[in-house]
Amino acid sequence: MMIPDISTVLEVVLIAVKVVVVTMILFGLPLPLTWLERKVAGHIQVRLGPWRVGPHGLLQPFADMIKLLMKEDIVPDRADKFLFTIAPLLAMVPAFAVFVAIPFGENIMLPVINKEVSLYIADMNVGILYILAISGLGIYGIILGGWASNSKYSLIGGLRSSAQMISYEISISFAAIGVVMLSNSLSLVEIVKSQGGSLLHWNFFYLPVGPVWCAIFIIGSLAEINRIPFDLPEDEGTLGAGFHTEYSGMKFALFMLAEYVAMVSVSVLTVILFFGGWNSPLPVPLPIPPIFWFVAKVVFFIYFFMWVRFTLPRYRYDQLMTIGWKILIPVSLVTILITGFMRI
Amino acid sequence: MLLTYLPILIMIGVASAMAIGALVMSFIFQPRNPYASKNSPWECGMEPVGDANEGHVRIHFFIIAMLFVIFDVETLFLFPWAVLLTEKSLSTFIFVEMIIFIVVLAIGLVYAWVKGALEWV
Repeated sequence: MMIPDISTVLEVVLIAVKVVVVTMILFGLPLPLTWLERKVAGHIQVRLGPWRVGPHGLLQPFADMIKLLMKEDIVPDRADKFLFTIAPLLAMVPAFAVFVAIPFGENIMLPVINKEVSLYIADMNVGILYILAISGLGIYGIILGGWASNSKYSLIGGLRSSAQMISYEISISFAAIGVVMLSNSLSLVEIVKSQGGSLLHWNFFYLPVGPVWCAIFIIGSLAEINRIPFDLPEDEGTLGAGFHTEYSGMKFALFMLAEYVAMVSVSVLTVILFFGGWNSPLPVPLPIPPIFWFVAKVVFFIYFFMWVRFTLPRYRYDQLMTIGWKILIPVSLVTILITGFMRI
Repeated sequence: MLLTYLPILIMIGVASAMAIGALVMSFIFQPRNPYASKNSPWECGMEPVGDANEGHVRIHFFIIAMLFVIFDVETLFLFPWAVLLTEKSLSTFIFVEMIIFIVVLAIGLVYAWVKGALEWV
């Protein structure tokens, strides 16, 4: 039997610690994000947003969390009990697993134990492919949740959601291919490194195709994470609450958690693929750690997605399919050829 | 090799454990007061009619799923091509090849379009 040497054991322990830290952060992230979303909504609609619980409503998310924890968990009589319970997990776990491949920054020195640590969990050489594959698995949770509830609204919501997600996944894959053509690597670390230097090296500024890819990616992502203007699965005017009509309490909270984590991962991916990841926008060296740039850009895109949500109205379902199949895919095919022509 | 993919397993384990922990917590704290009309599927307050899972599903969703399979496999072919595109000895050859491939697929898309597979009425 092979005995693993001490450095391998250390490596595995380090990976486990990183995974636990990232998971903890992602579990806690919806607390500030729900508060921020409601505040942004309030101010865009000339209201105050949450105000009563704590200063500026800051304790509101904690109140919500306690409320969701103490709510009765209703399982409908005719539901498939096992699938009904497991569907929120199937929606949530892939959203978390995406973050295994995400690089948050370059190597840093830990001050106390004097060891160099990389700010990513794993640098896969097929990183971008892994992310596309694993985020696609989230569809199972949604369609199974919709089916297992045995309610007409849930079923239609689940079907719409899966049709929408697979339609827009094609355009997202094309946008990812566009980035791979610009950076010549599937590894996210290499993609970020290829955008180093200054603002002008970012993939977004690879004119004229960079902004097109970025627009395709952002539109596709909005549909992929079911947010307005593409939140047809949860269209409350026609479908109740869509695929989670029958869910309550903690299971509902897990669906919401999956949605927020997906929004964060999409913001992170936009930053990594098009806006230079942790690279500083200026060519001169500044005494600012790279992680600051990364977080600042991600926060901007999270705000951007909230801003879109409270600015645009919702599309109809046929319009959604038209945008996905008749506009985004032909545009992507043409842009691939243009990008290829520019790169050879 | 193993160390690159082991984190996925650890992440799935940790995330599931935390989610199950949250479900157990709510199982302990929640009140339980089920009765027949609370446990019936929501249908705007009316008595639910029939079963939702009998399979009355629009066939169009299925067509979209099949189109997705075709185009997703196509994008998989494009990934290795995109990585190798700037290789000097290959680039012109594989670029011309990919033009042909994309044109063939575009014909497929146009065919689906003309046949009305993309119409959603």
